[in-house]
Amino acid sequence: MTYKNPPTTPRKSATFDDYTLSEIRRAAATGIYDIRGGGAKRKLPHFDDLLFLGASISRYPLEGYRERCDTSVVLGSRHAKKPIELKIPITIAGMSFGSLSGPAKEALGRGATLAGTSTTTGDGGMTEEERGHSKQLVYQYLPSRYGMNLRDLRRADAIEVVVGQGAKPGGGGMLLGQKISDRVAEMRTLPKGIDQRSASRHPDWTGPDDLEIKILELREITDWEKPIYVKVGGARPYYDTALAVKAGADVVVVDGMQGGTAATQEVFIENVGQPTLACIRPAVQALQDLGMHRKVQLIVSGGIRNGADVAKALALGVDAVSIGTAALVALGDNDPRWEAEYNELGTTAGAYDDWHEGRDPAGITTQDPELMKRVDPVAAGRRLANYLKVMTLEAQTIARACGKNSLHNLEPEDLVALTIEAAAMAGVPLAGTNWIPGKNGF
Amino acid sequence: MPATKLSKAAAHDPASRIFDLDVSSLRELNQALHNLTPGSNETAWEVLHPKGSHSVAVGVDQPVSIDVRGSVGYYCGGMNSGSTITVHGSAGPGVGENMMSGSIIVKGDASQYAGATGKGGLLVIEGNASSRCGISMKGIDIVVHGNIGHMSAFMAQSGNLVVLGDAGDALGDSIYEARLFVRGKVDSLGADCIAKEMRPEHLELLQGLLDRAGVTGVKPSEFKRYGSARTLYNFNIDNADAY
Repeated sequence: MTYKNPPTTPRKSATFDDYTLSEIRRAAATGIYDIRGGGAKRKLPHFDDLLFLGASISRYPLEGYRERCDTSVVLGSRHAKKPIELKIPITIAGMSFGSLSGPAKEALGRGATLAGTSTTTGDGGMTEEERGHSKQLVYQYLPSRYGMNLRDLRRADAIEVVVGQGAKPGGGGMLLGQKISDRVAEMRTLPKGIDQRSASRHPDWTGPDDLEIKILELREITDWEKPIYVKVGGARPYYDTALAVKAGADVVVVDGMQGGTAATQEVFIENVGQPTLACIRPAVQALQDLGMHRKVQLIVSGGIRNGADVAKALALGVDAVSIGTAALVALGDNDPRWEAEYNELGTTAGAYDDWHEGRDPAGITTQDPELMKRVDPVAAGRRLANYLKVMTLEAQTIARACGKNSLHNLEPEDLVALTIEAAAMAGVPLAGTNWIPGKNGF
Repeated sequence: MPATKLSKAAAHDPASRIFDLDVSSLRELNQALHNLTPGSNETAWEVLHPKGSHSVAVGVDQPVSIDVRGSVGYYCGGMNSGSTITVHGSAGPGVGENMMSGSIIVKGDASQYAGATGKGGLLVIEGNASSRCGISMKGIDIVVHGNIGHMSAFMAQSGNLVVLGDAGDALGDSIYEARLFVRGKVDSLGADCIAKEMRPEHLELLQGLLDRAGVTGVKPSEFKRYGSARTLYNFNIDNADAY
């Protein structure tokens, strides 16, 4: 009788997993790193790792649907004559025309206005679609200064000096030639069809002292009416927040590494910056140390998905959150109804991120006139408004359960963490304990 | 109107406005300039004692003339749209940044980033300019009587930079479609920037720029032209060592 060896199960490397192997093959075949849109896809400590403590005896809850829970917020009250007043503490993050289609920008404006909040321009300048349909529009002042002009600056309701972005702190942009339509080329003062490199740094200032003078210039140009935001990528949130305050910012925007981008190297998106959750407490601490918490408002973005995320960010000391990726999904990005076309592009609904190629079946991240017809700005705007209202209701529900008559009364005491990592990053106790890892320092 | 002292000449000219920054604030000056409406007869402005103030005459959006008597700090004439600003002194960093139209004349020297991201109009620097002159320029014309520093016209997209003196290192690095004319020596050219043939249309263009900038006794044929080799316009891994 011959003895047969038992069959073994083939074992793939955890280090060289299928995705990694495919990336090595792709790099070898094409000679270029992977460029994609969106934010970090790897699993990171996030708001899901926090839980709220509802009220019982030690806290007294408010009646759902009956007792008022305020959601409004004022941004830019430090210096600006005309601060931004929003009905909800959820804003639409900057996304460029060029990366997004005109109808998509219009839909963002319509949806945000219906919900009582602001939209933000992006690297491509201000479009009539967005200005015309946004009651409150934040105009981004970016290193590239594409389309930057005096009159648009004055037509804005606030100005956001973009120093960094969560998906790529320290990185510039690259809009590949295939997305450069005549209109995009004209707005950016560049020939059609060539790659458009957005600089990683502002051309006319080099540090926080210069930034202070630059902000003074922007205030002088706009007669001190507009709030000046300063947006930084979530890399060194304590120091960057402190320096933004020192430079005179009315509002500081911190964008964590789950924050999206139009097109950047995959290796950059996944390996540079800090998770959004890890950015909040240091940023809040910087404001508190300077005596500026609630005087200079803090907006945090990067992977915000629902009302619980909103409530958790606010409980940690944030004044408002900003959404980008989630807003695009609300408009119809990555919708399964285009699954057959996603398959043709070698991907699937929910994973499509080659926005720079300009072939977005949903018509959102494209300049193809036929594809962009698929976005109905009215209907898509309505969906975005619905989504924003649902998020707000969700956050209110949680806040009432915690006994708060304003979303801004949520506090770290209302939270516990499920993991040691999240407890350390958020500065709240591990569930079932009173232990906050690293309480005495970052 | 804030307290000001009228010069003898201005006292006879009802259209002239004088702001003495020893007496009035920068805010008052800029607000008065921003309050101008089309057709205003307040067409001649004078700024006294700027003493290195930042953001002098930024965001002007009317075709008035502004004479600044002294040196200014950062961003003088920033975003200028249509006015003629003359700095009778030197200018700090970012003079004429993002200028849309009109003209700015600096009688002395200019610091870094002169004319950065300028979209249009004419910037004349009668002295020298420092590094990054014309950085990311997007249609502005810049004429420098003296020399310019390193990394000038970095990522310049459109417009013309004319230098009667010398240029520092890495001139025109990563340049797009802007045209650079240098009369003196160039320490080095940046990535994708090359010397180009001076054809008749360039000589004509340059003569026009020299005329507009008030340059006399200098011939266009004394200049060399530089511009983009256009080899880096679309990313190719084989060009990676150029970056």
